[in-house]
Amino acid sequence: MEAVILLQWTFDTFLGLGLLWLAWRALACPDLFRAIVLFVAFGLLLAMAWVSLDAPDVALAEAAIGAGLTGALLLAALARLRSSETNVEVAGQPEKKGLKVRNPQWLPVVVLLPVAAGLGYVVLSLPPDAVGLSAQVAANLETGGVSNPVTAVLLNFRGYDTLLEMVVLLLALLGVWSLGGAALRREDAPGLVLDTLSRLLAPVLILVAGYLLWVGAHAPGGAFQAGSVLGAAGVLLLLAGWRLHAGLAALPLRLALVAGSGIFLAMAVFTLLMEGQLLKYPPAQAGILILVLETAATVSIGVTLAALFLGGRPPNKQDHR
Amino acid sequence: MSAAFLYALVGVGLFSLGLYALIVHAHLLRKILALNVMGNGVFLVLVALARRTGEARPDAVPHAMVITGIVVAVSATAFALTLMLKLSAATGRAELPDDRRE
Repeated sequence: MEAVILLQWTFDTFLGLGLLWLAWRALACPDLFRAIVLFVAFGLLLAMAWVSLDAPDVALAEAAIGAGLTGALLLAALARLRSSETNVEVAGQPEKKGLKVRNPQWLPVVVLLPVAAGLGYVVLSLPPDAVGLSAQVAANLETGGVSNPVTAVLLNFRGYDTLLEMVVLLLALLGVWSLGGAALRREDAPGLVLDTLSRLLAPVLILVAGYLLWVGAHAPGGAFQAGSVLGAAGVLLLLAGWRLHAGLAALPLRLALVAGSGIFLAMAVFTLLMEGQLLKYPPAQAGILILVLETAATVSIGVTLAALFLGGRPPNKQDHR
Repeated sequence: MSAAFLYALVGVGLFSLGLYALIVHAHLLRKILALNVMGNGVFLVLVALARRTGEARPDAVPHAMVITGIVVAVSATAFALTLMLKLSAATGRAELPDDRRE
């Protein structure tokens, strides 16, 4: 038993040091491309930290979003930045201007050391044992409709968090779209490997998303994880040159984008009228209601994430006039 | 000290590293990376402190909040990257103007 505990401690210590080192390298490395790749590796290591902290639901979300989609977004932005920078006459500047430092470096260190020390002191001064709200969650799990406590919190006990979050996703996409039309990418044909692989992987990813959605009721998984896997499938297809059919780009796309927040809002109003309380489901129907909400949220999250990756608003039929 | 506090301290370290990089780097892509590292530090503190339940199952409420936070962070990152690209298209630089030279 001693050896197991020692092994666990060694693992945790090295994981923590690795996280700090990777974050430092990602933030200090002169080349932006390498910095982003290091950041993706940091996300994967962080997913392992979530597993070590008994948070498999967070680990799934981190692996799909934190490491996968954020990395894809950053790399796509870097590629567009490089092409726009070479177009506008700044090509003469040194390549390593990503490392340009503005202030004398000791000043922020002097200011931040007390901040870090204070935060560390506050964290260490917390009581070593605290159950938080887990007793309340466990006591109400019977009426929650699902047996996975994280899904119960996300969709039932604190459903309004998720409702507002769907709106935040929609707002972010509206912001991106209102900043301009679709940024056209290079339209060269994808390589044979990418083309074949995306055809093989996209259906598998959709299947995985469906599985995660279903299994989220009683095991790690749920709408966010399923939605981000769906978004990853969309990103893969977009990379391989797939574009939404122009007939689907107008109303059907927008319906898919607002499905999550729309159905959530309708459910909120319905429960407010029927039960007198926002998002308080009748215990007998809670399971099926949560599944309906999660399905709509999964579709919306997946489509929104893929649309965020594409950048601009896909052209409508009307735009072709 | 338990493993929960070890990870919480790593979270504090990540937050401070990110804050430092946010201040000293001029390039906006680097600032966005730094903000993401800061956010991940906060998530790590939250999830680590939820683990203080001993042998029992960790508190599910911070887990749910962190999952929500991860999705909000990715959408905010996407919006910030678009703003950066627009700035770079308009001015030719992905940096904010330096106050001291004016």
